[in-house]
Amino acid sequence: MGLFIAQILTGLANASALFMVASGLSLIFGVTRIVNFAHGSFYMLGAYVGYSFMQILPGAFGFWASILLAGLVVGIIGIIVEILVLRPVYKAPELFQLVATFGVILVIQDLTLLVWGADDFLGPRAPGLKGIIRIMGEPVPKYDLALIALTPFVAFALWWLITKTRTGILVRAATQDREMVGALGVNQAWLFTGVFFLGCALAGLGGAVQLPKGGADLLMDFNILSAIFVVVVIGGMGSLPGAYVAAVLISVLNVFGVNYLPQSTLALMFVVMVVVLIFRPFGLFGREEVAGEHGQVGEPERPIKPAGQSARMIVMFGLFLMALLPIVGDSFILVLITDIAIFCLFAASLHFLLGLGGLVSFGHAAYFGGGAYAAALLVTYAGTPMELALILAPLAAGLTAIIFGWVCLRLTGVYFAMLTLAFAQLLWSLVFQWGDFTGGDDGLVDIWPSDWASGTTTFYYLSMVLCVGGIILLRHTAHSPFGYALRAARDSQRQAESTGIHTKHVQLVAFGFAGAMAGIAGGLFVFSKGSIFPNELEIARSFDALIVVFLGGVKTLAGGVVGGAALEGAKDYITRFEYWRLLLGLLIIFVVIVAPDGIAGTLRKWAEKIGFMKREDQA
Amino acid sequence: MLEIKGINSFYGKAHVLRDLSFDVERGQVVALLGRNGAGKTTTMKSVMQLVVPESGSVTFQGVEITRMAPHKVAKMGLGYVPEERRIFTDLTVMENLEVGRQPARAQAVTWNEDMLFDMFPNLAERRTNRGKELSGGEQQMLTIARTLMGNPSLILLDEPSEGIAPVIVEEMARVILKLKTEGLTVLLSEQNLHFAQAVADRVVIVESGSAKYQGTMAELNANPEIRDTYLSV
Repeated sequence: MGLFIAQILTGLANASALFMVASGLSLIFGVTRIVNFAHGSFYMLGAYVGYSFMQILPGAFGFWASILLAGLVVGIIGIIVEILVLRPVYKAPELFQLVATFGVILVIQDLTLLVWGADDFLGPRAPGLKGIIRIMGEPVPKYDLALIALTPFVAFALWWLITKTRTGILVRAATQDREMVGALGVNQAWLFTGVFFLGCALAGLGGAVQLPKGGADLLMDFNILSAIFVVVVIGGMGSLPGAYVAAVLISVLNVFGVNYLPQSTLALMFVVMVVVLIFRPFGLFGREEVAGEHGQVGEPERPIKPAGQSARMIVMFGLFLMALLPIVGDSFILVLITDIAIFCLFAASLHFLLGLGGLVSFGHAAYFGGGAYAAALLVTYAGTPMELALILAPLAAGLTAIIFGWVCLRLTGVYFAMLTLAFAQLLWSLVFQWGDFTGGDDGLVDIWPSDWASGTTTFYYLSMVLCVGGIILLRHTAHSPFGYALRAARDSQRQAESTGIHTKHVQLVAFGFAGAMAGIAGGLFVFSKGSIFPNELEIARSFDALIVVFLGGVKTLAGGVVGGAALEGAKDYITRFEYWRLLLGLLIIFVVIVAPDGIAGTLRKWAEKIGFMKREDQA
Repeated sequence: MLEIKGINSFYGKAHVLRDLSFDVERGQVVALLGRNGAGKTTTMKSVMQLVVPESGSVTFQGVEITRMAPHKVAKMGLGYVPEERRIFTDLTVMENLEVGRQPARAQAVTWNEDMLFDMFPNLAERRTNRGKELSGGEQQMLTIARTLMGNPSLILLDEPSEGIAPVIVEEMARVILKLKTEGLTVLLSEQNLHFAQAVADRVVIVESGSAKYQGTMAELNANPEIRDTYLSV
């Protein structure tokens, strides 16, 4: 009994920081409709800034003042980010905003490294709250009790601000109809900035307040990201009570999980999330999100056409050059191009889902990594030859995609995206924690191609055939009746349904197909590297693909391929710099704001301008 | 008081307003009449700068407001009551009014909740109800009351009689005349000629995004051909 209570108390204490961060995210989403991926970064900044203040300010007063100052400073950094990065993209489609906030993650990561260095900091303990108290014989840290006592005050202050003040009323009004709030004389731009300040300040507070328990390190941003998403989604986007209940639920479950199911602590919260979403698709306290409700209706989709004569010629010429490459290029170039081709196929498969299906999947790495692990496991445990493994990998990835898709497609919009992310994380945590079978963090090694394909040149040709073939198949499908049905489902689900298209079915098949294509890329990846590690399943990998599709251009068919080639090529060059994340992040933000049509889309517009390509409205 | 000169407004590629010009003088009730799709709502939004005209100008009290941010337009004393009753459904009646609150303004009535509850007695009984719990007519009244909280000197009413019960339409007419006696200038858009006849001093008939006829209500009444050409159903 004592242990049970002690564990509940630990869970409640852990919920404290989680609630603060998650409520900030929820608040920002509620008003601005932006899913702030950089929220974990503000949490991390809060820890670092708080740590630095604690070095200067002495005593108990200094400790608590440092936490408040950390919130303030992070809030101000949030204002800067909001004004510079988010204001230009408020009217843009969701994906643009997500990519912009992802750029912010990279920038903050490197700036933190620049300012505080690579070493982890052990958080100072709170003066006056250093010891433990025995509750029914079990030791409970005093600081935990302080956190448990503190959280309701934070929650109450937030509740009061939102429900009782004029600002809160305006915020809630803006959540529903921003334009109308503006037409009533309220400068909503500053309202947004204010909300962003508050949300980021809460993240900063969360980061600083957990210092005595967790310290500060450079992995904090991604580590908390999935947890706060889970909390916000379980609680319901935009709901403060929901965030609190869900934070407590997840934290308590985690504490018990560590004790009773140590192999599955990471998976546990995603399982809870999936279960909640199946029964309450908009979270415990959330309300339905209607697409386009908030004025984020983008340009009408441009119809896509099969490649014309000249485009085909260019592609043929490119393929011809690639076929000749082994004659002139050294093996370094061949390996690089193989990597790029594999990545292009991965990105093209996501592009298929995203561009044609309108299905913003945040967890596409699950199918890339899934295919890779399927091949690796087959080789490791069944001695499967490469040829068979390359056939079974896409099947496994496709099947995984169909199972995940079956659940995810019950939801739409942000919840859909979150659920795809959750499933990907679920797979990642399974692989990561089930070390006996998957090798865990050590990965699976010694997975090489069959003898005939083991030469660099032969494997290069094999990859080219499979990747180019896969990309052509994806393109071809786009122009098939199935592709039309998929686009119809994206543009108007109701109209598509009324012409007899079973939209959910079409989308599920597309999900499976894109998953299988990612699986081929994953399979090739394993054999080209000879090994596989869990990081191929990480959020960051999914984001790589999203960024690529985005950089390439969502609305052009070539987007995935062009973006894939550009990013993978640029990465090879850019990662030689120490602060390459900073460069990449700034580049991403720059593209979002300056060239929102992506590389392929912008090139197309230029081509139209100088008359090289026909404009749509004249064609 | 409000001059609209040669504005051209677009929705995407659709050219909705074509060189539309008309004036509204202080203290008048002007009705913008026209069929569905004639451009009445776009005119209202173009005045409010919720739709920014590509060319032409909108001048309010001698100041050009074209391309000004909508919240600044509102702060100048233009009150906008949208067509689709965009009340905040999750907020209570009192909170909806709070969103509309603006500081007092010279040359305009300064409203408060009590005055508004006098004018809209139904809302008084429902002040703690949420927007979504109100009837259609009550919601319509609330949108007007909310805009009045901003103490406008000119109020834009987009199709105030649409979709509400006949009894409420009568009440609406009474409210508009009351606003006029309080010194407010009113620009309203209407499809319902009878309603316009009951409240308006002047008429602007819009067809395909241009003003086809302007005159007093009495002149229009004496001109049945015009009515039949542009307004017959």
